[in-house]
Amino acid sequence: MDAIILLTLTGLGLAALYFLVASGLSLVFGLADVLNFAHGLFLGVGAYATWWAAGNLPGAGPDGLGFVVAVAFGVAAGTLMAVLVELVLIRPLYSRTIEQVLVTVGLSLAGVALLQATWGADARPFPRPAWTREVTSIFGAQVPNGGLLLIVAATLVLGAILAFLRWTRYGLIIRAGVENREMVTALGIDVRKAFTLVFAIGGAAAALAGALGSVYFGTVSPQQGGSLLIFAFIVVVIGGMGSVVGSAYAAVAVGLLQQFVNYYGTSGLGDICVVALLAVVLLLRPQGIAGKAVTA
Amino acid sequence: MSEPVLTVENLSVRIAGLHILQGVSFTVAPTGVTVLLGRNGVGKTTTLRAVVGLTPRNGEVRGTVRMGAQSLLSQRTHRLVRGGLGYVPEDRCVFAGLTVAENLRLAERRGTRPAYDRVFALFPELDRRSRQRAGSLSGGQQQMLAIGRVLLNDNRLLLVDEPTKGLAPKVVTEVAEVLERVAESVPVLLVEQNLAVVRRLARDAVVLAAGRVAWAGDAQELLLETALTRSLLGVGSAEGHQPAGPATDQPVGSATDRVAGRRAAAASAPEDGS
Repeated sequence: MDAIILLTLTGLGLAALYFLVASGLSLVFGLADVLNFAHGLFLGVGAYATWWAAGNLPGAGPDGLGFVVAVAFGVAAGTLMAVLVELVLIRPLYSRTIEQVLVTVGLSLAGVALLQATWGADARPFPRPAWTREVTSIFGAQVPNGGLLLIVAATLVLGAILAFLRWTRYGLIIRAGVENREMVTALGIDVRKAFTLVFAIGGAAAALAGALGSVYFGTVSPQQGGSLLIFAFIVVVIGGMGSVVGSAYAAVAVGLLQQFVNYYGTSGLGDICVVALLAVVLLLRPQGIAGKAVTA
Repeated sequence: MSEPVLTVENLSVRIAGLHILQGVSFTVAPTGVTVLLGRNGVGKTTTLRAVVGLTPRNGEVRGTVRMGAQSLLSQRTHRLVRGGLGYVPEDRCVFAGLTVAENLRLAERRGTRPAYDRVFALFPELDRRSRQRAGSLSGGQQQMLAIGRVLLNDNRLLLVDEPTKGLAPKVVTEVAEVLERVAESVPVLLVEQNLAVVRRLARDAVVLAAGRVAWAGDAQELLLETALTRSLLGVGSAEGHQPAGPATDQPVGSATDRVAGRRAAAASAPEDGS
């Protein structure tokens, strides 16, 4: 029983990490039709900026309020990077899918190379509050606090994004734009501002994933963003392009499946099962759990 | 004669290698309804979309389109719409996942007071169904929402693309009545296949054939000339009936005889009518 609770909660921690990366990816693709392979870079920037701030930024540190300041700095850096990428590189390439893929893949590779050149290819210890290294006993299971922190953060982010989409004018524009971007323009709305905004939201969530994921793993490395991005793409496709709630459901499914299969089967089998789940969803429901069916 | 509200000169549109419009020229009068007619695939919707700046990115648009003195082709769609060019697309394009109220709220513009009283006076049903998801409305209600969304703001010209397509005869009558009332205050460029609606609403007509203007002039005169309507629209007679394309002649309320006895010269001879 303890094992099941532990696997469930660590699986949800992993799901939280996937959701933080996938939510922005899903919104960007749903609204702007941009397949952003550079999204992992926002995660890397967030992680490294938090790591750097904890050691160098006045007022920031590895503990208490200082850690909050460091994470806020990391999130701000990831958001800024996302906005710059949209404004400078993506905006001239809307509706040019192949060029978008080339540019974002290139940027992703260049970003990793830049991080390696600056701070080395090896993983570095991540400064984090002492309590995140400890465990909490839940019904007898010893659950890492870092995982619980991810679950709480992802739940708050999910609530904040849903509230933003439901209650604000830009949220309304984004929901409408995911359905029919052209018609939003035909109502007199400059939809490009909404594109920048979804990149900013996605960048912020990914940067938070970078910071809190590094807390969970205890290290930061240049390749971290790329490996998480693969599973984030799978989550987006299973959940349905453009659906934040769909991404949340899919992230939970993927996280739990990975943890349980890796534990009860052999290590690595969970990843194969996730790909198999993706194939099943694509065959039975190509639009994903909460995506729109494509009609003629 | 007063200045036209819209002037289209030598408009050519090429999309994915297809030369859809080949030098289309016509004007839209500052009052009443000007109808754009033609068989399927002649470029009616392409014309409206080119005017409002919605030609696909792989398309190429040439020519001149002016609303008053303002040149339109160089401007982005949202600016044209804010400048008073209202567009009701074919197939309504309401946001199915949003409520009626949210669909309307989306059309509100900063700095102007949205005319909800005008919209709800024309479509009281929208007020009653404000919390209903637009995707669950009937086709006629969705059309009312699509038109209501545009009427929330003041416009200098309305472009309306096949508003009666796929609607029941009773709803067609309602939509025609609304457009008739709307046209009293703002000029309308209407794409329409239902000749009874055309007969009721249109003052001027522009007929496209094979990407060119085949005829332009008084709409009522066009409808009275059997040979002309047969060759241009594929309709057996002016009173009647099924053309080769989807044009229909469902009865719409009482037809208004507005033959003014004037007729503009055809911009070019009819092509082949096929």
